[in-house]
Amino acid sequence: MSSKAAILNKIKQNKPEFVSELPDLSVLGSDQFDVLEKYKTTLKSIGGDFVEVSGIEEVKAYIKNNYALEKRIITTIPELSEIASLDWENDDPHSLQDVELTIIKGHFGVAENSAIWVTDEILGQRAAPFIAQYLSIIVDKNTIIPTMHQAYEKIGNQDYGFGTFIAGPSKTADIEQSLVLGAHGARGLVVFLVD
Amino acid sequence: MSSEKIIPHSEAAAKFNKDVERVNWHDETLWFVREKRDRSAHQIPDWELIRETASKIKNNVLSNIHDYLVQFEENALKNGVIVHWAADGKEHNEIVHSILEKHKVTQMVKSKSMLTEECHLNDYLAEKGIEVIDSDLGEYIVQLRKEPPSHIVLPAIHLKKEDVSETFHEHLGTEKGNFNPQYLTESARHSLRNTFLTRKAALTGVNFAIAETGEFVVCTNEGNADMGAHLADVHIASMGFEKLIPQRKHLGVFLRLLARSATGQPITTFSSHFKKPRDGKEIHIVIVDNGRSTQLGRPEFRNSLKCIRCGACMNTCPVYRRSGGHSYHNAVAGPIGSILAPNLDMSKNADLPFASTLCGSCTNVCPVKIDIHDQLYKWRQVLVKEGHTPTAKTAAMKTMATVLANPTVFNIAGKSGRFVMKNIPSLVNNKMNKWYDQREMPAVPEESFREWYKKNSRASKAKDNEQ
Repeated sequence: MSSKAAILNKIKQNKPEFVSELPDLSVLGSDQFDVLEKYKTTLKSIGGDFVEVSGIEEVKAYIKNNYALEKRIITTIPELSEIASLDWENDDPHSLQDVELTIIKGHFGVAENSAIWVTDEILGQRAAPFIAQYLSIIVDKNTIIPTMHQAYEKIGNQDYGFGTFIAGPSKTADIEQSLVLGAHGARGLVVFLVD
Repeated sequence: MSSEKIIPHSEAAAKFNKDVERVNWHDETLWFVREKRDRSAHQIPDWELIRETASKIKNNVLSNIHDYLVQFEENALKNGVIVHWAADGKEHNEIVHSILEKHKVTQMVKSKSMLTEECHLNDYLAEKGIEVIDSDLGEYIVQLRKEPPSHIVLPAIHLKKEDVSETFHEHLGTEKGNFNPQYLTESARHSLRNTFLTRKAALTGVNFAIAETGEFVVCTNEGNADMGAHLADVHIASMGFEKLIPQRKHLGVFLRLLARSATGQPITTFSSHFKKPRDGKEIHIVIVDNGRSTQLGRPEFRNSLKCIRCGACMNTCPVYRRSGGHSYHNAVAGPIGSILAPNLDMSKNADLPFASTLCGSCTNVCPVKIDIHDQLYKWRQVLVKEGHTPTAKTAAMKTMATVLANPTVFNIAGKSGRFVMKNIPSLVNNKMNKWYDQREMPAVPEESFREWYKKNSRASKAKDNEQ
């Protein structure tokens, strides 16, 4: 008998006799707070930062003023071609090792934990938000929802190869519980909140 | 760890307690994490309802796990993922090795996976000439020191920055005496970045696997699972079959609970959903049993399979905090480890369910409401019945049973006990008495309650009055 058959047989034999029903999730996620304010304070509390902008021109201006433009900046957003390159999506992901800043769009933000949902279609490459020294994500303010329950309602049965929630910069506290930003992924995250 | 002689928990804990200052520090550090968990949980008005919901979802999983596994495999295969089944740790290791062999890989990067600790994968692969580097910072530190992790979420929580500095100086050439966590982390980042860029295979654990979609979710703060997986040609994900949840929307419940319970964060930095491999690359999932189906068949203990490995029960446990993870000689330490370990090997782990005060704090913080302290108590009974407890303890319990069952014997024993403790205390206050080992003997009362009652009860007073 294959291991699969053996495992499944034993599970069938040993599982509880009674069947527990799945609970109702619709009663969850009614947390009351100002969604945008909650998003901003949470993001700050986990080491991220935000800039409120009215459009892509302000994003450009902020990046020009705050990042080293002579270093490698990549994006998946055509409107940013003036400050970042767009022609890397089919390259070997290892070639992204010298990227200073990755700028991408997020599908939506979650207020309770400041996470942003991103998937293959807006990442360009799966490694792009992780391998860069710094990360910027542009999110439409109006897409921010209160909790993870609304997040999965929104995701529904969306098809993707890879998707991830990103909440703040990469971090660790593995040495004596001292928080250090920039463990393996981005050292800093700036979220552009667009009207 | 597997072949070495096992030091019983109480003995290892006694050793750990010799350095008082360090034990106090360990205790306080973990309590600090527990307090962060509380602050975070109290911000969520529905916290208790979410725990209850998570518990119900996991109960549903336990009763339908067969069907969910079949559904999960079917969907994963549709997504282009390769699925393997391993009955035990040995088969898991062989499967991983065969995948690496097929791709001619001799070096692999690994993110945190307690399952591979449970299966002793690193040792197995080392014997086959394959080098594994653990990429979670805490795991990297303990790996360099040739130690197992002491905590499932905070693998190096038993070490001070001076220890890490010493280890990094030796292995990474960092400045001697530089204890700055920022500096030390940066050094590890540089070293591991090179590892990520040069490995063709990456292994990760699995936090949740979704039957409905065939995808799996890996949560990290460092981004190490993603750095490994997205740069490798082959991604191997190892999971115990209990990691299954029915539907994608159930992640909403578990992702709200996991990080808050673990470290007090609102969510881990990255919650990555892996569904399909990149073009031309491979994702393998190894579904592991290794005793889980046996545990499923123990009605009193099957609840332990609901665990989502947050570590909250360890952070709150007064015994764990003051004995350290290594004293549990099991991949998963603390209260949850102590109810999982006897299932894996009853005689080797017979001491662990006794490493508890049964205070119940673990049960109170468990995000999926496992009755941990009840199970610890129940394991003790099973272990005694099956003859796995030390002879001295068994003999003492048997004597106690005889004494308590017979009023005359009880009376005589009480009297002689009081006499001995009063007149020849050295007869009980010595090393032969296991009870005295860690406690002071109580003060001796003038008379027993029974003697007092005989004198003072209404019946005896009435008798006195008559006379």
